[in-house]
Amino acid sequence: MITLMLTDPFMQRALLAALLVGVTAPVVGTYLVQRKLSLLGDGIGHVALTGVALGWLVGAGMGLTPNDALAIPGAVVAAVVGSVLIEVVRRRGRTSGDLALAIMFYGGIAGGVLLIGIAGGSSGNLMTYLFGSISTVSDADLWLTVVLSAVVLAIGVGLRHALFSVSHDEEFAIASGLPVWALNVVVAVVSALTVTVAMRVVGLLLVSALMIVPVAIAQQVTHAFGRTMLTACVVGVVVCLTGLSITYWYNVSPGATIVVLAIAVYAVVSLLAPLLSRRRPAHDPHPDLPDDVDLPAAATERAAAAAKECR
Amino acid sequence: MTNTGRVETEQVTETSEPVIEARGLHFRAGASHILRGIDLTVEPGEVVALLGANGSGKSTLVKSLVGINVPSEGTVRLLGEPLGAGGRGGTVDWGRVGYVPQRAGAGGGIPSTAQEVVASGLLHGRRLSLPRGWRDRVAAALEQVGLADRVHDPVHLLSGGQQQRILIARALVREPDLLVLDEPVAGVDVASQEAFATTMRRLVDGGLTVLVVLHELGELEPLVTRAVVLKHGKVVHDGAPPQARHDHDRAGHRHQHPHADDNSLDPAESRAFDLEVRP
Repeated sequence: MITLMLTDPFMQRALLAALLVGVTAPVVGTYLVQRKLSLLGDGIGHVALTGVALGWLVGAGMGLTPNDALAIPGAVVAAVVGSVLIEVVRRRGRTSGDLALAIMFYGGIAGGVLLIGIAGGSSGNLMTYLFGSISTVSDADLWLTVVLSAVVLAIGVGLRHALFSVSHDEEFAIASGLPVWALNVVVAVVSALTVTVAMRVVGLLLVSALMIVPVAIAQQVTHAFGRTMLTACVVGVVVCLTGLSITYWYNVSPGATIVVLAIAVYAVVSLLAPLLSRRRPAHDPHPDLPDDVDLPAAATERAAAAAKECR
Repeated sequence: MTNTGRVETEQVTETSEPVIEARGLHFRAGASHILRGIDLTVEPGEVVALLGANGSGKSTLVKSLVGINVPSEGTVRLLGEPLGAGGRGGTVDWGRVGYVPQRAGAGGGIPSTAQEVVASGLLHGRRLSLPRGWRDRVAAALEQVGLADRVHDPVHLLSGGQQQRILIARALVREPDLLVLDEPVAGVDVASQEAFATTMRRLVDGGLTVLVVLHELGELEPLVTRAVVLKHGKVVHDGAPPQARHDHDRAGHRHQHPHADDNSLDPAESRAFDLEVRP
């Protein structure tokens, strides 16, 4: 049965796309969670919808067939522009990042629906982009996905120490003379590319789930930044491939299946994590240091007894 | 912190440039005028304590000196190089500057280990990836602050004082020539303060220059060569570190007078300057 699935050319393309998305989305998601910008992916996704419609409009104007030939390039451009805009707003500090995101959400959806109407389509045409259409991935789409994923991974992994520094403590990074503004823009642009990579697999409305949920799962079982990223990638790949395989036999939406599966894993892991972490700590968490006050003899004895208990 | 550093301080002090040079520094945040014309010079090998009450502008000044705050007016030169527009000093040798913020920031949304946080101190200027042997350097820096056994512990599970020491290790790991510390021992127990003072003594003997914001001279008192006192955004004292209790008239005091009669001290006044009273 599995060989049947693996020999299906449609499925081969879909699995490869899912694999790439499963790796890249959590890499970028780790930085977004680290900067407490978990919803940035959603904001970019909404703006990308305007880009899809804009690409459609331009394509229609140029008389291209199929009329959505420029939809993905349009999404890439709009997502990159939108993500850099968010970073500019955040830097200026005039509007809170929260409000700026909210305005992008609304503007992105409204702009998309408005423009697709002008282009002679209907909002129904947007559905495949909103919820994904992995079964219609073409060879050209796949190549674009491969190239964009390679770029995202090269930056996300190659610059991980610098991106960690900037995301962890921006003021310290500035006081270290790091090119903080450039690194922030890099994170924003890489997020935008990831959104467009994942668009075909899970759809713009669910893109962010693939960036964030694997990270949330990884956080339950690890307490280090590097391990969190690695674990999230493994979870992302497993969830994407499993979810997609399920839809080969059952006629359900791949994007929704993948996301529901991820959230189910999250629920199970959060129930099990407390049991796993109940291992004994390696050493007494209280360092044995002299107190700042002189203790009476009885207190000193009690302190010695307490130290023994912790050992 | 190297032997060459010591030679430099002992022999070249007369001719070498100031490590920090701030001229006519103003900083405004909205309507509040926080720094009102600060001139501050720190020469190589000095240990300068920056004192003053809460809200006197100490942290704002320190952040302006390392490029985090962009001053409204005035200039800052760090290691002889100007901090440019946007707070970025393209020509400053950032590998020679270590900064310890007042307290651990909220940190990120993802737990990180002591090793990961301290290692981020090895990145500076255009160095965007960790050098060879970074694990050993991180371990050595953690050793200096007495947290060598916590290298793989998540920072958010450490106590406040331990987190403070992680931040000190993060600044020390790049082996700076200039250390800028913002209340490094606030909330740190006396034993750890002593250990910190011992570490600082060793580094200063090796030629380290220090600018340290303090509320009380405390364990660092023997090291401090000069004190700068800020009040209402201006330098009101720049000279010998205060050694004894100080009594100040409420109106227009400029200097700190050693005062013989400790009993007449108004505690509220002494708190206004936040200089610790030491027996």
